[in-house]
Amino acid sequence: MNQAIHFGSVSKAFGSVHAVEALDFDAPVGAVTVLLGPNGAGKTTTVRLTTGALVADRGDIEVLGLHPKVDGDEVRSRVGIVPPKPAFYDQLTGWENLRFAARIFGADEHAALDAAERFVIQDALTQEVGGYSTGMRTRLALARAVIHDPQVLLLDEPTAGLDPESARNVLDLIREMAARGRTIVLCTHLLHEAEGIADHIVLMNKGHAQASGAPAELAGRYLADPVVVFDAEDRTRLRDLADRPGVLSVVENGSVHATLEDLDRLPDLVAELVLDGVRLTRVEPLEPTLEELYFEMQRSHRKSAK
Amino acid sequence: MNWGHVRIVAGTDLRRLFKSKDYWIPLVIMAGLFFVIIPLLVLTMLGRLEQTGFVTQVTDIVGRLPAQVTDAARGETATARAGYIAAVFLLAPIAIIVPVTISAAVGSNVIVGERERGTGEFLAHSPITMRELYVGKLIASLVPGFLATIVGFSAYALVVNLTVGASIGTWFFPTAGWVMLIVWVIPPFIAAALAVILRISARVKSAAAAQQASSLVTLPVIILSYGVSATVVIAPGRSAFAIGAIAWIVAIALAARGASKMKRERLLGVASET
Repeated sequence: MNQAIHFGSVSKAFGSVHAVEALDFDAPVGAVTVLLGPNGAGKTTTVRLTTGALVADRGDIEVLGLHPKVDGDEVRSRVGIVPPKPAFYDQLTGWENLRFAARIFGADEHAALDAAERFVIQDALTQEVGGYSTGMRTRLALARAVIHDPQVLLLDEPTAGLDPESARNVLDLIREMAARGRTIVLCTHLLHEAEGIADHIVLMNKGHAQASGAPAELAGRYLADPVVVFDAEDRTRLRDLADRPGVLSVVENGSVHATLEDLDRLPDLVAELVLDGVRLTRVEPLEPTLEELYFEMQRSHRKSAK
Repeated sequence: MNWGHVRIVAGTDLRRLFKSKDYWIPLVIMAGLFFVIIPLLVLTMLGRLEQTGFVTQVTDIVGRLPAQVTDAARGETATARAGYIAAVFLLAPIAIIVPVTISAAVGSNVIVGERERGTGEFLAHSPITMRELYVGKLIASLVPGFLATIVGFSAYALVVNLTVGASIGTWFFPTAGWVMLIVWVIPPFIAAALAVILRISARVKSAAAAQQASSLVTLPVIILSYGVSATVVIAPGRSAFAIGAIAWIVAIALAARGASKMKRERLLGVASET
């Protein structure tokens, strides 16, 4: 089983609204898969279909080799979830809420306490949750999500409205869980959130997956021409860079950004510049940001739709 | 069925209810009014109006009551007998009005409340089955009604014995009919009403709508139980036992139906979200 989650031509409608339409994607085991898309793309419905909280109208869903429609309780006992706006019983204390979750998921109280300590919320457990700040609620939600040590963790817009420290807690959790071989699915429309942690990206729009793959694979597909940043002690010596073989274009923006036909051309280009007496201070292939990749993918799909 | 899940759902709901003073204090006031204040006023007034024409009127009314009632009435004086009849027969329906109202007030909110708060999202993604959730919620809604019945009934017994018992010369309450009513007949009536109210709570879009709709269930149950409770108190024999048995069967059937119809997606606000 290489895929922790498999969606095959899955559709789900609410009346005339098609929340998910022929959605295909896979989330590899032990990887961080990011469902990237604007609001209304179908990300929340996808999460709900994954746990079997919603049942698909059509298509095939497998989670850890199980079918949520048939083995829903088994699937849900192996999956943890952090919803966009974590809700609790506000009249109860943090500890009472955690203990409730622990018992529902068959975990013991030690696990609940460990989870609370992991997210540094243990000192607030005797307070009623109604008095918690947004950050505290999120930390409690994170603790609740991992109380049963889930094999798959689903995070649906987990940093929405959070302060930077709480947002970092979320991203740290993702990295930590991934390092332990857990499968993570992160739904977000915030590109910076997914930057650097995504092993696999699924670009969603209007209920279906427009593209999916590893960031480098997608960058290769959508941002074909590599960009390299050059700088030199005497920057004027780089002015003729655009005339050299294999260089498509040059933009001076603080340093010099050169678009190459192929990254394999770079060693020769550097050797030529050195032979010409250019004293280089910086040569750095530019990794495309997720933002650049996202907008390029969107542009490409709009173009092909026309 | 995982009874641990049922217990934690019911226990958590009851703990929340206990902590929500603004919710249960009005219910306690209502129970106190119906079980203590009103009976105390009525029975005390009856005992103090010996020299007025009112007693004559009461005696006249007592004379027109069914033979089963007048024969059962105890006491040497007309006032004592009127007090006995009022305490045992006329005030019987309060024993069901109060618990049904309390349970309905709690039950109408239990499922739609999960959705409105957003806590339904957690439950929908958890391994708890909808049957376990429904039964847990049903128990959590039944307990306040039952508790009100037991505590209220005990308080009512004390009021009756202190007021009417003094004029009769002995503590006589509860009678067999009242015990039958409290132990055997009232619980299934509350359970049946709640089984329907919980289904309503799962289907409607807001707690306000749930409360409105649940009153449509509560009213006929109260009217029906009014007649039934009078019958049980007057004749606590086989027919009263049969009434309770039928009510239990109906309640269990409605609860089983409600549990099987509970849908996980009803815990989510799915209609407008994608």
